[in-house]
Amino acid sequence: MSTSIHVSLGQVAAALVLVTVAAAISRWRRADLERDIAVATVRSFVQLTAIGYVIMLIFEADTIWLVLALLSVMVVFGALTARSRAKKVPDAFWPLLIALAIAGGTTLGLVVALGIFDPTPRYLVPVGGMVIGNAMTASAVALNRLGDEVADSRARIEATLSLGATAREAAAPLVRRALRSGTITLVDSTKTTGLIFFPGTMVGMLLAGAEPTDAVRLQLILLYLLLGSVAIAALVATTLAYRNFFTPAEQLRELPAEPR
Amino acid sequence: MLFELRDVSFSRGGRRVLDSIGAVIPVGAAAIVGPSGSGKSTLLRLLNRLADPERGAISYRGRPLVDYDPLKLRREVALVPQLPALLEGTVGSNLRYAADLAAAELDAERCLHLAGLDRGFEGRDISRLSVGEQQRVMLARALAQEPRVLLLDEPTSALDAAARDAVEATFAQLRRELDISLVLVSHDPDQARRLGDWALRLEEGRVVAAGALEEALA
Repeated sequence: MSTSIHVSLGQVAAALVLVTVAAAISRWRRADLERDIAVATVRSFVQLTAIGYVIMLIFEADTIWLVLALLSVMVVFGALTARSRAKKVPDAFWPLLIALAIAGGTTLGLVVALGIFDPTPRYLVPVGGMVIGNAMTASAVALNRLGDEVADSRARIEATLSLGATAREAAAPLVRRALRSGTITLVDSTKTTGLIFFPGTMVGMLLAGAEPTDAVRLQLILLYLLLGSVAIAALVATTLAYRNFFTPAEQLRELPAEPR
Repeated sequence: MLFELRDVSFSRGGRRVLDSIGAVIPVGAAAIVGPSGSGKSTLLRLLNRLADPERGAISYRGRPLVDYDPLKLRREVALVPQLPALLEGTVGSNLRYAADLAAAELDAERCLHLAGLDRGFEGRDISRLSVGEQQRVMLARALAQEPRVLLLDEPTSALDAAARDAVEATFAQLRRELDISLVLVSHDPDQARRLGDWALRLEEGRVVAAGALEEALA
């Protein structure tokens, strides 16, 4: 897996043609997305270029501490981003932070312990980024759903608490559905991978000139890793976050006013 | 004395729902009456600690409510909410869930019978019940826990006159045979007269009358 290709800025610039197509479609059909498309294009260029240089520095330094520092920053920003999508969950930041840290830590730890990848920056940085990114999406979806479920099921939750059920028992069906919704997207896309879409890693490796069998195997490893990490993240996030809806006396808290 | 409320206040969303409530609710059958929005249902929720007052204190059988384990308290002081909110599944699975929580021996047929339903309901899916039937299953489910007190929030609001009479007869029977105390929230003074022997009248979160039935409802 040591193949590498050189991509010039000219080639990147040429790909912008498709961005102008997207902007033209938006303008033509009055989708009012031109500004967003422009922002997305500029941000992706700046952010990816910046992270590219950061990764280059980390690869050159070749120390595990820099890798851990980068992944920690990703976990914090991932938790902040996911929190903004889970507005109905009180104090969602800590459950999300812990969920991402545990999902990233256990997944990367297992990968290294099982000898799938070497504990070097070249593997840990890209794999860690993918794991944390997917875990962020899954836990955000799960908590968003949990917030909706609690808002919709207040009467049923309180009726169950009235029977002397604990908060955990009263919230169990909601937590189950939230966990499911956080995980199901990746499960579904894993089912259709290779049929309906080619996942990014495989495409990247094929473009870089790798053998198709190598590309497929690496992609499979990553898919399986992501399944595990996404499930862990959704589980930890929902397990910790549901409690924030309840008081220590097993009462359902009043919902805060919906942020606008 | 079943409950004693001292200077109890409660606010929701910045609005004062209960304002310095003081009352002694005796053992037996008490009715809490008053117009919509007067704080009746909120008061009921405070009695089994689904919420705690922001000010003041409540005691149950002479002991502060906060000294009770809320889970045990709720099994002993069962609240039947106005709107049915059963768990997914069958009537029987709802009854079993409640009985298991209270570690009670379940006699589903008897619970259903007391709530005015026949045993054929046990296998019915709750999604196939009318609101009135669900309301009665809520009552049967509460009875499956063998409570000592029933907190009833407009328990017959979704029932027709015949079903209402049957359920009211059940309440009388529960008091007589099982020595269960009732605290009944009703907007209907006639129902309070039929079921209660003591009444508390609320208006805009304040007690305007309390005492023997006719006195309080006058």
